[in-house]
Parts: sequence; C-alpha cells; structure tokens
Amino acid sequence: MMLHQVEKIGESTLYYLQDLGRMGIFLFHSMAGIFKRPFRFSEFIKQIRVIGGNSFPVIFFTAAFTGLVLGLQGYYTLRKFGSESALGSAVALSLIRELGPVLTALMVTGRAGSAMCAEIGIMRISEQIDALECMAIDPYRYLISPKVLATIVSIPVLAQIFNLVGIYGGYVVGVYLLDVNPGAYFSSMELSVVNRDINLGIVKSFVFALIIVWVCTGRGYFVHKIRNAGYGAESVSRVTTQAVVLSSISVLVWDYLITAMML
Amino acid sequence: MNESIIQLIDVVKTFGDQRVLEGVSFDIPTGKTTVIAGASGQGKSVILKLILGLLSPDAGRIFVDGKDITRMRRKEFNGIRTNFGVLFQGAALLDSLTVFANVALPLEERTRLSHEEISAKVIEMLERVGLQGHESKFPAQLSGGMKKRVGLARALMLEPKIMLFDEPTTGLDPEKSMDIYRLFYQTQQQFGYTSVIVSHDIPKIFNLADQVIILNMGKVLIFKGAKDIQGSGAPSIQALVDKTMGNIYHSNELE
Ligand SMILES: Nc1ncnc2c1ncn2[C@@H]1O[C@H](COP(=O)(O)OP(=O)(O)OP(=O)(O)O)[C@@H](O)[C@H]1O
Ligand SMILES: [Mg+2]
Repeated sequence: MMLHQVEKIGESTLYYLQDLGRMGIFLFHSMAGIFKRPFRFSEFIKQIRVIGGNSFPVIFFTAAFTGLVLGLQGYYTLRKFGSESALGSAVALSLIRELGPVLTALMVTGRAGSAMCAEIGIMRISEQIDALECMAIDPYRYLISPKVLATIVSIPVLAQIFNLVGIYGGYVVGVYLLDVNPGAYFSSMELSVVNRDINLGIVKSFVFALIIVWVCTGRGYFVHKIRNAGYGAESVSRVTTQAVVLSSISVLVWDYLITAMML
Repeated sequence: MNESIIQLIDVVKTFGDQRVLEGVSFDIPTGKTTVIAGASGQGKSVILKLILGLLSPDAGRIFVDGKDITRMRRKEFNGIRTNFGVLFQGAALLDSLTVFANVALPLEERTRLSHEEISAKVIEMLERVGLQGHESKFPAQLSGGMKKRVGLARALMLEPKIMLFDEPTTGLDPEKSMDIYRLFYQTQQQFGYTSVIVSHDIPKIFNLADQVIILNMGKVLIFKGAKDIQGSGAPSIQALVDKTMGNIYHSNELE
C-alpha cells in the first residue's frame, strides 16, 4: 500500500519533469524558428490581424470601464485627503504599471490564446502536424514561430492602447461627472509618471506575451501527450481550458515577481 | 543502390498493455510495390508511422536506405524524410488551406520554383486525380474520397523515392478506386518509386504487388505476389483471399 503511494508520487514527478522538459524544448524550437528561412511573413501579418482583431474590441471595452471605475474609486479615496487633483496621476500609474499589461494579457489569453491552443491541438489530432513533418516542413517554423512573434509584437501595443483608453475613461469620470480640473488631471499625470513606470509596464507585457503564446501553443502542440486529457475533440477542449487557466495564473504570478524585482 | 530500401528487424511496439507488433521483420524491395494487408486494428498504420519516424519502436531496428532511423537525430532524419511521399489514412490536409494551396505546399516550401511553375504543376496533378474545378475549396467542403485524392496529389508532388499509402481507396466507389490504382500504376511506371500500400481488406491489386505482407496478431506473413498466396495452404488466409479474389484487378486493365 505504502509502496504503491511512493510509486504513484514517483510517476507523477517523472511526468511533470518530462512535461516541463518538453515545454522547454518547445520554447527553444519556436524561438529558433523565428530566425529560420523562409520566414512566413504573410502568416505573421495574418496572426497580428487575428490577435489584434480578435482582442481589440474586448480590450477597448475593458480599458474604458477600467478607466471609469478607477476614476470613481480614485476620486473618492483621494477626496478623503483633499487631493482630488492627483486623480490623473493615480489612474495613469495604476494602468501603466499594473492593470494595462495584466488585463490586456488576460483578455488576449481568453480571446486569442485559447483559439491558438485549439487550432494547434486540432492540427495535432488530425495528423496535420505529422503531415508537415513528413513533408520535411519544420512545424515550428511553419506554424508556431509566426504566432510567437505576432503575439510578442501585439500584446505590448495592445497594452499601450489599453492604457490610453483607460486614462481617457478616468478623465471622463473625473472631469465630466465629478469636478476635477481638466488641466490638473493631465499635469498631475505628467509630473508623476516617470520612464521607470513605463518601462516596467513594457517589460511586463513582453513577458506576459511570451508566457501566453508559449503555454497556449505548447499545450496544443502536445495535446496527445497530456495526461488524463482524454482523446480526440474532448482532449482539445480540456487542454484548451487548462492552457487558459495555466497562462492566466502564470501571468499573475509573473506580475508579482516582475514588480518585486523591478521596484 | 540497396536491394531493399526499407528493412524492419524484430520490431516490437506496445501501447500500454496492448502489444501491437511482436517482433516484426520484413524488407521492402527498392522500386517494387509492397502491399500490407490485415484486418482493422492490427497495426498497419502503426507500421507506416514507425517507418516515418512518427512513432518509435520499443525494440528492434528500422533501416531506411541503409541507415538506422531508430537511433538517428531529428535533423539527420529530416534529410531522409525528403525521400518519402505519404498519404495518411485521414488524408491529413491542412484545413486552413484550399485544395490548391495544400497541393502546392510541398513545392512552395521545399523548392525554388516560381509561382507560375508551381501553379502549372498543381493544376496538372489535380487534373490527374480528377479534381479540376475544386481548387478553391477547403478540405471541410470535400467528401472523404476527394480528400484522399487531394492527399494523393500532395504526396506525388515532389516525385518521392518511396510512396507510403495508407488505405488509398477507402471511401471511394469501385470506379474511383480503379482510377486511383491506375494512377499508382502509371506514376510508378513514370517515376519508378518504391510503393507501400496499406489496406484493411484484402486489396484488389494483388496482381500489382511484388510482395504482400499480411499482418495478423502482431506477426507478419510474407508472400511474393498473388500466386504465392493462392498457393499457400493456410486456411485462414485462403478464406480471406477467396472472399475478394473475384475482383482482383489485373495490371493490363490499368494501363
Ligand atoms: N497512438 C496510439 N495510442 C494508443 N494505441 C494506439 C495508438 N495508435 C494505434 N494504437 C493501437 O494500435 C492498434 C493498431 O492500430 P492501427 O491504427 O495501426 O490499425 P490499422 O491496422 O491501421 O487499422 P485500420 O485498418 O482500421 O486503419 C490498434 O489497436 C490501436 O488501438
Ligand atoms: Mg490504419
């Protein structure tokens, strides 16, 4: 009985180590694929369109309402200290350093990350990836690398759009609904936001982009090797859900780690 | 040139508790046609995947062109893969590409031909498999048999040295099957490739086969052509063969 337990633990440990190794090698090949010729430029553009197009409306709405809420919450907190004029700075800092990159990453995971995972998972179970390999076409270069590069380019841009929209959301609440001085909203922002804040936000979005595309495409790519995922369409749907959860959690964990390291 | 382009030696393959291949050995002669037959689930597709390096054997060795692929690095193996043309059981077309783009893919990725040259070759090949007019459809808009023919066209595009066909005619009516076999016969005459044809019922092309391998319960029986099978006294094989012997195609019908 005892032995059985030990055996099980050993087996699980081995599985997770193997899984981690697989994902590591996957990351290596996908990055290397970016530099292999011929690079599929049209596919890269298409992926940017897919990621951007899929996520833009969601990002726009999330950003607008996040900005509105930040404006309200910020105003009532700041008023307690009589410093409503610092509203612009409070909204901008929260967005640029934290909420912009994180919420963008989570929205893209839900919209584009899940789609990538399912697409690649289906290609795996229907032997399309095997077929590529048999034609001596590197599936990393052909399939994965354009997605990786497109995600790494798109997410930082989307995060900046998020920040801009959010800042205007805060402005609308502060200036039109409450009585913050419009000049003060922007001048407080200019005074308090420094390069370091902006850099922190950008570093975060790059790291999040890498995490999302790595986890989502990697889980799809190895859908046939994931334990207890079942088979066929069911395995793809389970693994897609897992990938979304895993990449969302990883984003939040790395958000903490990067903040702690860069502060 | 080697006499046999592919060799399997004592290959064992298991999935969990299930033993699919229990020490299988055979040679595939260069430039000839080998048919692998056997009931469903006996491991015919597994054999093809082992030869293609998509699965690795638990024991035994597999040689392609004299090189042991079971202990080969990925990069080296990719070099060998360029010799193969493969038709998968499920066709395995890229479903986000049109019929045209699927067939053009190997040329686009692996040759330096111009768009016009590629286009001309693709159109010609699609005509040969009887799919003219369907170029801009997507795989999801095709019937099973049409997908098979697109897969076949794609496999033939690079004029490979070895063709592996996994059930090329399942899902086709007898007339279309005949067309496909005719296409095999003609392209093989033309390009001189080695072909391995897998089928789950006793194929109707025994007369085309230089070698027939029957897979049963993890073991293989090897016959040199149809005559050899008809003459083998084994009752189970006789029964299997008798059922379909009536409509074996003769090579003179296929020219
Ligand atoms: N990836 C896999 N994982 C687990 N078992 C597998 C796998 N692939 C094949 N098998 C098992 O191996 C056996 C042989 O499968 P295979 O697909 O080679 O059969 P087949 O002879 O091609 O049959 P069919 O004529 O129906 O295509 C089957 O029993 C199948 O369950
Ligand atoms: Mg099969």
